Amino acid sequence: MKFLEKNLIALDVEVNSPEEAIRVAGGLLVSEELTEPRYVEAMLESYQKNGPYFVLAPQIALPHARPEDGVKEASASFVRLQKPIAFGSAANDPVQLVFALGASSSDEHLAMMKQLVMLLSNPVHVENLKTATSYEEIQKMIRRNE
Amino acid sequence: MLKILCVCGLGQGTSLILRMNVEQALGEKGVTADVEHIDVSAASSMDADYIFTSNELAESLQGHAGKIIVVNNYFDMNEINEAIDQNIEQ
Repeated sequence: MKFLEKNLIALDVEVNSPEEAIRVAGGLLVSEELTEPRYVEAMLESYQKNGPYFVLAPQIALPHARPEDGVKEASASFVRLQKPIAFGSAANDPVQLVFALGASSSDEHLAMMKQLVMLLSNPVHVENLKTATSYEEIQKMIRRNE
Repeated sequence: MLKILCVCGLGQGTSLILRMNVEQALGEKGVTADVEHIDVSAASSMDADYIFTSNELAESLQGHAGKIIVVNNYFDMNEINEAIDQNIEQ
């Protein structure tokens, strides 16, 4: 399981569309060889087909696809957008925090999702993710949370 | 026993998060229920008393026999608790 490790985090990335945001967040999983490149295309297809339902809290999007779309290892990346982008979610736009999930079918997937829920259910953590100035700050918070 | 589905587009990530939080809220209220997470197309042909999902997917589930409950913020336990209190007889 690779959860928000250093190479899986990019802060203050400038993008101009939800698709671009998904490509950047998914691209981190691909460059760390945690998913195949086709997984990113599958995430985009799901967005097209099912809409922005994965924008599941104010400002937070969790794009993902299926394990069989090319996931090698349970993983999550994090991209903070420099300027928030509308994904089309009536309740939760605009999105600033994008977590791409490499959804595996292993037990690790469940463990990873629990960790993510623990992190994002706490408004203080979410605020810290918005304001952190370095990877180290985020890493400290994740460690405290484990 | 109550049968509850938590539904998202693919049945992998988002619905699993919703299920964890719905199960937790039900547990704290002492309600026993069979809670499953599943994708939207499989959900349409499954029996359930209640379906938790997002605003975006609620429309595609119209016509389902189960009562549809929309949750906007999946991490907000207050919203989930209220949704349960308003919709599920305890």
